[in-house]
Parts: sequence; C-alpha cells; structure tokens
Amino acid sequence: MTLSRRGLLAAASAPVLMSVQDALAQGVAPRRGGTLQMMLTPEPPVLQIGVNQQGPTLVAAPKMFQGLLTFSPTLEPQPLLAKSWTISPDGKEYVFSLQEGVKWHDGQPFTADDVVFSITKFHMELAPRARAIFQLIETCEARDPLTVRIVLKQPFQPFLLMFDATAAAMVPKHLFDGRDYRTAPAVQRPVGTGPFRFVEWQRGNFIRLDRNEEYWKPGQPYLDSIIYRIIPDSQSRRLALESGQVLLSQTNDIEPFDIPALRQRQNLEVHTAGWEYFSPLSWIELNHRVKPLDDARVRRAMSMAIDRNFIVNRLWFGVGKPATNPVASTTRFHDPAARLPAFNVAEANRILDQAGYPRNAQGVRFTLKHMALPYGEIWTRLSEYLRQAMRNIGIAFEMESTDAGSWARRVGNWEYETTINFVYQFGDPTLGVERTYVSTNIQRVTFTNTGGYANPQVDALFLRARTSAAAAERQAAFSEVQKLLIEEVPQIWLMELSFPTIHDRRVRNVITTGLGVHKSFDDVFIAG
Amino acid sequence: MELSRLPGFLLRRGIKAAVVILAIVVCNFLLIHAAPGDPASVIAGQSGAADERFLAQLREQFGLDKPFHVQLWIYLKGVLTLDLGFSHRQQQPVWTLISDRLPATLLLTGAAFAFAVTAGVTLGTLAARRVGRWADSVITVIALTFYATPIFWVGLMLVLFFSVWLEWLPSFGMATVGVELSGLAAVLDVGKHLILPAATLGLFYLAVYARLTRATMLEVADQDFVKTARAKGVPEGQVVRRHVLRNALLPVITFAGIQAGQLIGGSILVETVFAWPGIGRLAFDALLARDYAVLLGVFFCTSVMVVLFNLLTDLLYAVVDPRVEVEG
Repeated sequence: MTLSRRGLLAAASAPVLMSVQDALAQGVAPRRGGTLQMMLTPEPPVLQIGVNQQGPTLVAAPKMFQGLLTFSPTLEPQPLLAKSWTISPDGKEYVFSLQEGVKWHDGQPFTADDVVFSITKFHMELAPRARAIFQLIETCEARDPLTVRIVLKQPFQPFLLMFDATAAAMVPKHLFDGRDYRTAPAVQRPVGTGPFRFVEWQRGNFIRLDRNEEYWKPGQPYLDSIIYRIIPDSQSRRLALESGQVLLSQTNDIEPFDIPALRQRQNLEVHTAGWEYFSPLSWIELNHRVKPLDDARVRRAMSMAIDRNFIVNRLWFGVGKPATNPVASTTRFHDPAARLPAFNVAEANRILDQAGYPRNAQGVRFTLKHMALPYGEIWTRLSEYLRQAMRNIGIAFEMESTDAGSWARRVGNWEYETTINFVYQFGDPTLGVERTYVSTNIQRVTFTNTGGYANPQVDALFLRARTSAAAAERQAAFSEVQKLLIEEVPQIWLMELSFPTIHDRRVRNVITTGLGVHKSFDDVFIAG
Repeated sequence: MELSRLPGFLLRRGIKAAVVILAIVVCNFLLIHAAPGDPASVIAGQSGAADERFLAQLREQFGLDKPFHVQLWIYLKGVLTLDLGFSHRQQQPVWTLISDRLPATLLLTGAAFAFAVTAGVTLGTLAARRVGRWADSVITVIALTFYATPIFWVGLMLVLFFSVWLEWLPSFGMATVGVELSGLAAVLDVGKHLILPAATLGLFYLAVYARLTRATMLEVADQDFVKTARAKGVPEGQVVRRHVLRNALLPVITFAGIQAGQLIGGSILVETVFAWPGIGRLAFDALLARDYAVLLGVFFCTSVMVVLFNLLTDLLYAVVDPRVEVEG
C-alpha cells in the first residue's frame, strides 16, 4: 500500500481512528454500492430499540434509529440528529437544535415533538436505564419544531451521555403515541430516521436492511444494503468469515481462542477499539451474605491470587486489558493512581493465614460454590482458571453450571456464592459503576448491587459525584472512591473487556467512534 | 386387511391419541414451568440494566403474574381451540413462528430421510448378498463409523472438505441471501445449500438402515421358503427382491415409522452447525429464552406428528404383510 504524505500525517495523528477524510487522503474514495453481509449473535427477539435493549438489538437498531448525539473514542459528544446544543452555566438547562430536513422512513418529518415524546414517554415507560436518568427532568418541551429545551431538577453532568442511539434512540411519535408501545405494529416493522430502513426478517435466517434514499446526510449511506446472517454455531461463524461468505464479525461472534488464527489471514483486519462508550468490565461477583466473603481480607487475598495478565494473554489472546480498579481506563474519571495490589500468591496466603483461615489436612481453608457465566466456552475456561488460582491459596471452588435463564434468576435472587459478571459502564461512573456498590441499589434484580456490599463512605462519595456539577469536584470524589474500593475489593475485577471487530480489508470506516459497530454505518463502504 | 374394520379402528385410535396428546401438553406445561428462571428474568439478564418495575411490567405482559392453575387453564383452552398462543418475547403468534420454520425443517429432514432409507437399504442388501467378503466389510465399517461419530463433527468435517477446501458448496444457510433468484436457479441454489446438512443428518440414519437391513436379510435368507424358492430354480435376483428383501423390510418400516415421527423435531445439532432456519433451533432458542409459548407449541406439533406416524406405520404393516391385522 502506498501512502501519500498527507495520509501518513493523518495516520500519525490518529492511529486508531480512520475517518472518511483519512480514507480520501489515502486515495480511497468512498465507493457507493454493495451489500455488507455481517452476522448477528444471538438473534434478537425484536428490533425495536427501547422495547428491547439486548446486545444484538443495540448493534443492529442504530442502523435504523438515531440518537441526538454520538460519541468519539474519548467520549466527546458529536452531533447527529442534534446539530448543536448549549448547556446553561448552572448545568440544568440543555437546548438542542435539530437537523433540518430529517424524515422518518415513512416520509413524515422528524420534529421536536418526536424528541419530547421519545424522552418523556417512550423510554420513560420502557427502558430502566433511561428511566433512572430521565426522572431528573423537570420540563422537556418543543420550543419550535427544530428546538428542544430540557430543564433538570438538579445538575447532572453525565446527562449528554444518555443521548446516543443505544441509550435513547429517537422514535416516531405518530406511530407509537396512544398505543401500547410493546405491541404497536411499528415494533415488527421498525421506522426510524437512520441511513438504512427495515426490509425483511426471516427468523433464524437473516435480517435485511436497505439504503434509505431519503437519508438526511447528502450522498450517504454508501452501502446499498446490510444483511445480518443468523449463524448459531461459533465454528460455523468463523468459517463463514474465513471463506468470505460474510465480511464482518463483531461483539461475540468469534470466540477469543479463534482470534490468533484470524489475525494471520491476509484478507482480514482485527480491531479491538470501539468499546470506549460501553467499557465492559468483568469481575468475580461475590455474595457478601456468604461467609467469609464479608471479610475484606479474604477478598483482597483472592484478588491477589489471580494473574490477570494470564487471563488477558492466554484466555482472551490479547483482546482486552487487565482491570486495575472498578472504573475502566476508557471511562471518564478513571484514576490511574488507584491500582489493585499486584499478583502475589505468597502474600495472599500470608493474609489468609493471619486472618485466621487455616488449611485443613487436604490443604483447603474453605469451600465456595462458583457458577460459571453461561455465555459461551470462553467463560467456562475463565472459571476453570479461577478454580486453579483459588486452589493455590487453599480455597476450593465447587463448580456449578447453569443456562442463561437460571443464571439471571439466581443472581437476581441472590442465590449464589460466587459467579462471573460483566457490566457496561456507559462512559461515566455515575451511569455504570455506582449501581454495583451503593447500598441504596441493593435489589433483587440483576445488575444492581446484588452482592449486597454496603459502606456509608462509598455511598456518600458516589452521591457527591452524582450531584455535583463541576468536573473537578466529581473527579475528586471518584478518585477517593476508587482508592477506597481497591482497599475493600467488594467485587474482584478481572478485565476491561473488549470485543474484536474482524472484517475484510475492503470494508472501510468501520470503527470511527467510541461506539464502534453500534454506529449507524452511514459512512461505511466497501472499496472496489 | 378388511376395510370394514377400518373406521372403528381409526375412531378408537383417534380417541386414544387425543388423550395422549392432552396428557403430553399438561406434562410439558408443568415441566417447563419447573425450570428455574422465567422469560422476564432472562430479558432482564440480557438487557444489562433493569429495575423492579421493568420485571413487573414484563411479567404482567407475559401473563406470568396470574396464578399457575389459571395460566395452565388458559393454555389448555387455547390448545383445544387449536390456538397455540402468542410469543410475547418475539411479539408474534406461535403458529406464525412455527409455520415460518416448518418448511425448512421438513425439507431438510425429508431429504435426509429419503437419502438414508434408499441408500441404507441398498447398502444393507449389497452387504447381505456379499456377506463375509470385502464389499461387506467396507460397508459395515463405513456404517459403523458414521453410526459412532458425533453428528456435529461429521458436519464440520464435511464443511471443511467441501466448503473450505474444495469451495464447492456453501457452508451455512438455506439460500443465497441478497441476490434475486427465481425459478430453476432458486431451486438449484437451495439444493446446493441442502446437500451438506442433509448428508450429515442422513449419514447417521443411513448407518442404522444399512445394519438393520443386512441383519434381517441374513436372518430371512436362511429360512425354508427361501431355500424352496432357490430349489425350484428362481433366479437369484428375484429371490433377493421378492422373497428375502420383502420379508426383511418389516423391521426397517418399524424404524422408519419412529424416525418419521421425529422428522418435525429436526435435528438441533445439524440446524445449528449449518445455520439452517428450522424448528429444532426455534425450540432450542425458545428453551434458553424461557419462551414458554413457543416451546410448548413446538412440543405440541412434534407429539401430534409422532402419534400420526405411529398410526400410519400400523396401517402400513397391514399393507406390506397381509398376516398383520389392524386392531385398536
């Protein structure tokens, strides 16, 4: 490949990000046309975002539905359906100016009324995550057809992060208002403002989206259509990608142990960027109601007995990073100074000896049940490694296996001792980290503080960060809480997860934002 | 078979079948609800965020907030009026979901069935005629190999050979997507996609038929009426076709009857490996998602098929072997 000087400069200044301009600079003009065949795993039940918020829906729906904003890899807001916005100095009033000339796929104009409906009614009714944030809204009004004004009851600094399509997609008021949102006909034939419109879904087979000829960005999208193939077996998915029958794999399409082989293939590129907004963090989930997991010394020792580099390099083959604290390094307010103690088996054993947990004749201090995460082979391998690591410090893990339904039910009902969990952070600790550690969120529901950890100091610090309007004050509170949490280790963080996006070299502009494959794909093209 | 006895036979068997199917429906309902977790908790677990209200809304929408016996009664009433219910998870009537996937499964299992029966019986006959010689050994070894090998492994090996290495056949799916094909081209396209999954599924059953045919033919070949036929100078080919094979077919029909009843259930493994959009995967996904209505619907259809094919097999016996009489 020959690079022009401009191309080299562009590549040097933004090594991860390749924008349309960079592609142009390299002499690759966006080419119009072509069908992008991808995979979607597992098959979602419905594609109407809001009605369903599962991972595959969050990947496919943003091709049809858009948010007011999207986010760069460093989580700076970027205009989408809102072309500009202002925030009042007290951090309570947000005014969005909408793009002109935007139409729904059925030809109706997109207006401020749709925005108000989506925020105050649709997502408030359906989506728990949006509901928790949008209840802070005092007024939300359409000032004119292209201006929306939102006033909050109190300043809430991470508010803008809620306006990506995956958090609060804009939906057509005229198709939902006055109907049961879950059963409205539009749920089966989604209508959005995005670059692709819904055409066909043969269940168990494929989903087809075609170019929206009326799309508001001139000249885009470049692709004629997008086809998601449903391929349930991971080895068949790998074969489909290797043989060129599909051009792109994403999220958990490909098992981590297949990645080294795919990296060797000349026709494929492997990317791990594009997860900055979600920043999933995995951990051993501990139930603090089970003794001796309520003892911080035990939790610290368990954490020290784990070789996180082994997990990243030998199990995930380099996709992801070792966790250093409860806030992922790609999430805002991560404090690099707060680091978990290093891997040290001897020290971990010493802590347990001193804490009064002697080994019995078989060398076992105590036994804990461990439920592997039923989301694929890789998680079973992780749990097997952890059993080995715990055996080194005299803790016996008794393995339990479940399926997804039982896992969710048991974690939600606190009927477990230890398991594996991973949770999205949504760019800001108030949105995605706080929920696991504050005592006010101990609920019998998955992804709340199901472990039952309670510490008034932690509660107070998260509250201060939540209600403060000043970034500096929030950083101070978050830094302090990160230091406190690595002392207490309420959950044993393992890895900052990333999921590989693997695609044919001819497919361009795939990862350009902090949302990776969750973006609209309006600028993606297949080079000739 | 006396035709006059047929209506009474069918009536008695029909009543029995209805009772059996009803019992199956009730058992299935109880079993499914005994599994830990419900659709609401699955969706909450997959959504990455949830609250109490979210769970309550889902349970109300799915009708899970009603007492258990009321849920059972509602379902039974539905089944009695041939209404299989509604999948709230997928927002589609269960019958739509099943009927969308039924043709794919029937095509796959039908092709595999036809291939297994014809090739199996032919190979079994060949082996029996050359018993103890090299052709017999080759056929027996092949049959045993496919009988003993895990079906998904056979599938993956076929894919590696024919799709990856030779690049002759597609490795997954039921048709080329994104290209408009019509008429003969479309049929050929589906045919190309069908070869590998049908062969994978068929090879296992082929082994069964070959072994079964060979064994019963050897048994029959020793009997007196065969010796008599040979003694009176009937040509060898005719002896095999008319005297040996026809008598040896009864156990094969029994087994084919059982297998035909299972056709609708398809093969979850083959459908998974080849991404074939059939009923088996629908049921498997529904099980993982605790999509009760869909799972019960699939169970209902499969049990009806099994009962139906058992009845057909009984009738077929009487046709093939006049000594067998139909009896309720």
